[in-house]
Amino acid sequence: MESLLILVVLFIILAFGLALVRTRSNSNRRQIDRTGRTEVEAKTAEIDRQADDGESATVAEIAPADGPLTEEDDGVRDGHSEVGVLEPEPNSIATSLSRSRGPFASLFSRLRSNNDGIDAEEWTRLEETLILSDMGPSLATEIVAELRNQLGKSPSASALRQALIELLTSKFLATTRELQFSKDTKPSVVLVVGVNGTGKTTTIGKIASLLTVAGRSVMIAAGDTFRAAATEQVGVWAALTGVEVVSGQPGADPASVIFDAIEHARAVGSDVVLCDTAGRLQTKTNLMEELKKIRRVAAKSSGEVTEVLLVIDATTGQNGLRQAEVFHGAAEVTGIVLTKLDGSAKGGVALAIESQFGIPIKLVGLGEGLADLAPFDPEAFVAALLGEESDV
Amino acid sequence: MFETLGERLEGALSRIRGKTRLTQADVDEALAEIRRALLEADVNVGVVNLISERVGQAAVGAMSSPSLTPGQQVVKAVHNELIDVLGQDTYRIRFASTPPTILLLAGLQGSGKTTAAAKLALLLRRQGRSPYLVAADLARPGAVRQLEILGEQAGVPVFSEPTTPVEVAIKGVAEAKRLARDVVIIDTAGRLAIDDALMNEVSEIQKATQAHLRFLVVDAMIGQDAVVTARAFDERLELSAVILTKLDGDARGGAALSVKEVVGKPIAFASVGEKLEDFEPFYPDRMASRILGMGDVLSLIERAQDTMDEDVAKKGADRLRSGHFDLEDFLEQLRQVRRMGPLKGVLSMLPGVPKELKNQEIDEGEISRIEAIVSSMTKAERKNPTMIDTSRRARIAAGSGTTQLQVNTLLKQFRDMNKMMRQMGVGPPSATRSRAKSKRKKRR
Repeated sequence: MESLLILVVLFIILAFGLALVRTRSNSNRRQIDRTGRTEVEAKTAEIDRQADDGESATVAEIAPADGPLTEEDDGVRDGHSEVGVLEPEPNSIATSLSRSRGPFASLFSRLRSNNDGIDAEEWTRLEETLILSDMGPSLATEIVAELRNQLGKSPSASALRQALIELLTSKFLATTRELQFSKDTKPSVVLVVGVNGTGKTTTIGKIASLLTVAGRSVMIAAGDTFRAAATEQVGVWAALTGVEVVSGQPGADPASVIFDAIEHARAVGSDVVLCDTAGRLQTKTNLMEELKKIRRVAAKSSGEVTEVLLVIDATTGQNGLRQAEVFHGAAEVTGIVLTKLDGSAKGGVALAIESQFGIPIKLVGLGEGLADLAPFDPEAFVAALLGEESDV
Repeated sequence: MFETLGERLEGALSRIRGKTRLTQADVDEALAEIRRALLEADVNVGVVNLISERVGQAAVGAMSSPSLTPGQQVVKAVHNELIDVLGQDTYRIRFASTPPTILLLAGLQGSGKTTAAAKLALLLRRQGRSPYLVAADLARPGAVRQLEILGEQAGVPVFSEPTTPVEVAIKGVAEAKRLARDVVIIDTAGRLAIDDALMNEVSEIQKATQAHLRFLVVDAMIGQDAVVTARAFDERLELSAVILTKLDGDARGGAALSVKEVVGKPIAFASVGEKLEDFEPFYPDRMASRILGMGDVLSLIERAQDTMDEDVAKKGADRLRSGHFDLEDFLEQLRQVRRMGPLKGVLSMLPGVPKELKNQEIDEGEISRIEAIVSSMTKAERKNPTMIDTSRRARIAAGSGTTQLQVNTLLKQFRDMNKMMRQMGVGPPSATRSRAKSKRKKRR
């Protein structure tokens, strides 16, 4: 291992040393002609060009282009001036996903009008439509294969639809999706984790509201000490729900902020501590280590960690699987919160995650209001994904 | 982030690469694999079909061609196709002839607009511009404060007031003019493409400010919805380009391919880390190379130029060539390289590094230990390690908090390394090339 490292270090030194030296010594080489050159030549030429310019490439590439802007100025669309009124009612899965029902609806209506049954091309269409929901090519292929196997060559459109609903629903394996709380330890600790920008803080605000309404006393630990103003953001949500926030200084150790919050909650007798954490990409080893530490420290506190919720953005593609895998490995995720399901994305990756890792989807985020968080219902999810029968 | 896509394609193509005769079955199998690899990378279904169709045609051509290596031709067709889709040219901001140039950032919630706004501001400031940030995201709690903090870190002033997004934008631009700032960057709230009210609002901001350039901020991890979103924003704002964020993750970034192909908008910038300076122009050709597993040498060299002292690097290289690379040089270079950030990141950008090595968990602590050991030697010892006897070794171990065994191992490995490098022919430039070749050969 050690020798390997030295090797690596030296490789890098070599690569740089030589690249830089070449920049200096061959600085007279010509402009690039990318096509038709070997990889090495093209790279060398690029380096040389940068050297010729006498400035770093970054500067060269975006340096002001002198011409004035031409077509750019008339780019304004004829936008409507009236701003719509926001819906006061909480959103539901059905109304949210129905906005994105398009592909399945059109697929089924075509199949219905086509009496010859379903040919190979239509099966491919179905697979593609499934892929469009972000469930991934493997799962989509598997589902289509199972359907073909089960239904034979040319099932009717309605039989296909019914079978598809059943099959998709059966991929959701979990038996319970309720948030778990400790019966005998106070407080129950809920860690909320995920990559950047999935909606962890918003979700915390919504859960706080949900639990407060259900009569539990809640405290929030502002464990995102990294992102600028994250504490303020969570503070606004807390104020909206009338919940106390425990926060540390910016840059403070998140594990200790969370530990302090739990101890404080214990002292004042809160039922639940919702712990916000900074967004972290699952590739950042140090941040994933930090998460492990948060998990460990929370477990050592006088509270009991009953939930580790991974927040996944419904627009996420196949990377969601990696997120689930790595976060699960680091913090033993107990459930998924699928956010932003009120957009045009269908959140199919959640299906892939639950069927592959068995982590239950517990909640779905359906809007920006405090009440726009709902328990996950597989049947409603699948029905909404495919569209109502009457729409077909 | 693209490595995995590259690897998948590599796998799909490796079976036909060397074939001198291609059958339809070979081609079909390869195409199916390519299709799957692209779909797993979240390339939009429609774009995938287009790509496989074009590659399929090229493959049919290759089958009937008298060429000796039809397999190679298919491989080349895939490569060309990817480069075609990603485009060749690097985006340049066209600054307005009468400043300020107004830039509008829009996108879905959580795509990274606020951070991107501050990063872009810092990049422009470093290029000698005087940017001005306008915080028109009044929807998300804390968004204004976040931009204010980031703006302060970037050394760029931030405008905001608690009115309406449209008003903030208008006043922000006016304020920028008054202060004679030459670029205005307007951060807007995240909005869903299907939310008519909010989409109207962003149109309003655009109308009121006449922003010269409209950027869509897209999360690199986005799935099939990338195209839907990009289209919707393009309809409202006539986008100028795309900013791709969170590229430092392991998303395979099919979004980059899809958006470029479907909406036809170039990717202007890429956000590649949590720090404000982790933001760079997007180079499609480099990205294509990265997909194709050529590594991202140019970005690496750029980063090297930013962080490394060229004279020191040159000196190290000279010492290597002359065969007098001692521990003193080693230490100097090690420190240089470490300044560029975690070694794993650096390593992943190098071409020709074997996959096993790339995936190897690099223990930064181990490297720190190596650095500590070498640092604990005297100058003379570093120049001439043979003088290190038992008592010196004990002192070094104590000084670096390691054991004598560890010191010994390091010394032995350094000797082996030197020997090996001599064998690899590190010397004058011509020899270097053959070394590069032999390294590549080894990889296969």
